[in-house]
Amino acid sequence: MLSFVLRNFTWAMLTFITRKLAWAIATLLVASLFIFAALEIIPGDPAEVMLGINATDEAVEALRKNLGLDLPVHERYWAWISGLLVGDLGTSYTYAVPVSELVSERIVVSLPLAFLALLLSTLVALPVGLYAAAKRGGVMDTTIMALTQFGIAIPNFWFALLLVYVFAIWLQLVPSGGFPGWGEGLWPALRALLLPAIALALPQAAILSRVTRSALLETMGEDYIRTARAKGLSRRATLWKHALRNALIPVITIMGLQFAYLLAGTIIIENVFYLPGLGRLVFQAISARDLIVVESVVILLVGTIILINLLVDIAYTLVDPRLRANRA
Amino acid sequence: MSFLRTALKNRSFTIGFAITALVVAMAAISFVWTPYGVDDQRVMEVGLQKPSLTYWLGTDNLGRDLLSRIMVGARNSIAVALVAVIIGVGLGVPLGCWAASRGGLVDEALMRGNDVVFAFPALLSAVMITATFGPGAINAIIAIGIFNIPVFARLSRGAALALWKREFIMAARAAGKSAPRITVEHIIPNMSNLLIVQATIAFALGIIQEAGLAYVGLGTQPPFPSWGKMLNEAQTMMAFAPHLAIVPGLAIVITVLGLNLLGDGLRDVLDPKLANRRPAEGDA
Repeated sequence: MLSFVLRNFTWAMLTFITRKLAWAIATLLVASLFIFAALEIIPGDPAEVMLGINATDEAVEALRKNLGLDLPVHERYWAWISGLLVGDLGTSYTYAVPVSELVSERIVVSLPLAFLALLLSTLVALPVGLYAAAKRGGVMDTTIMALTQFGIAIPNFWFALLLVYVFAIWLQLVPSGGFPGWGEGLWPALRALLLPAIALALPQAAILSRVTRSALLETMGEDYIRTARAKGLSRRATLWKHALRNALIPVITIMGLQFAYLLAGTIIIENVFYLPGLGRLVFQAISARDLIVVESVVILLVGTIILINLLVDIAYTLVDPRLRANRA
Repeated sequence: MSFLRTALKNRSFTIGFAITALVVAMAAISFVWTPYGVDDQRVMEVGLQKPSLTYWLGTDNLGRDLLSRIMVGARNSIAVALVAVIIGVGLGVPLGCWAASRGGLVDEALMRGNDVVFAFPALLSAVMITATFGPGAINAIIAIGIFNIPVFARLSRGAALALWKREFIMAARAAGKSAPRITVEHIIPNMSNLLIVQATIAFALGIIQEAGLAYVGLGTQPPFPSWGKMLNEAQTMMAFAPHLAIVPGLAIVITVLGLNLLGDGLRDVLDPKLANRRPAEGDA
């Protein structure tokens, strides 16, 4: 991979990547302003919420000072954003521990779950899409496409409930929820994440296999494929050698988008399986009005989504030589 | 109605249209009639029952008729998803068209703004809105609506850019028409097929998103029945009353399937050239 990148490296590529990187940072800054502003207009003083209604005015005032709530808005924004850069997310109003501690405890559940789901969906969708495209118009193609229509229509959290019913309640093969922690070994942890990951992956796999199929069919209609066929390459060889690589661009785009949705989706799925991830944290924080936790989790997820989009853009330049030349 | 005659030859369209009409009819009928009162709690007399001839879809632990609640819940799903699509089209299409007609800095600024909004999945917007204003159906509408804006802005910008290069638009420009007038008179009518198809897909997605938000308690609040909320309530009773979870889930799947088939059918009928494409796909 590295040698491939170095061999194909051009200055135009570097300019393109630098520009994309600058935009990503700008996007993140604007997003952070949005999040900060949205949570800034909330009525009610966090210090009063933390101390309860019986607190004295002096105690509230002292805590406000301690939390930095007495500072002007722009100074608080600056404190928040500069804190983010060094991993200091502030102190949770309700847990009274650093938010970074809470978040890092939970992200080791949510992030692996989203990755596992993406892996599963890709492992299923690429071969299925490829197979359907190869058998275009046949019985198998029609059947697969009909099944994917169902896959797209099934809400992942409902599918999750059905999985719990079948595998946990009925067959009793896996626990219906909870997470033993990574300290208990890789297998028990992965086992706890397996059903949630399957539930998350199903609708994504359905979408991805449709995209793979149509992208392949589209490239198979291109002139250079006809040329390849004309020079005597078999249909199979053209599909593998020429069409697949060119079809990868839309597929990568959708995969990038999907990761964003998978990450957001984990928040819902974690509720089905009682997983101690970011989702549970954020919902508890909402009901406790622990806004600094909400703020931090949202910016973290939004930042990850922006980062993934950036990586997708960079991946384009690697896959598509035209992008390398044109964007100079 | 020559359009309908052509369209009904398309299998996807026909099945999708029939399912969608059924769901809409069910929601409409619920305004005047439901088999039982939607909030009639009869814990002792009726209690939790499996589907039967008396209660077609069964009853929940409070003795409430599930069919009645599904019918009223359809109203909620349709309303939230529909208003969210209207927000997306109403704001996204003008923005996209404006970006395409002005180009340059306006275009760049609008599309970068789009990127920012795009980084917020509906769920995260809903989390923030709920943290700020408390939970409710309106939040779900706003969150899904905001999510729809960049979807329609990108689509209409792309379509408008292609249209601006066409000869009939150049002719209109040569005739001295202003850019806003060309946009309203020629650009938007010429991309309406694309918009209709995308609106159908966004509608289907909106129903799934609404159910998800209601499920985690960020959407419609009880006692008003919503499919997502019903799934949430069913979760603890899965072991002895699986029908409570199966019925609302099937309602969602059937509705979304119907809308997706309708969208696919419309696309094939309205624009045969696009037969193998799906304009934009994603999931909450």
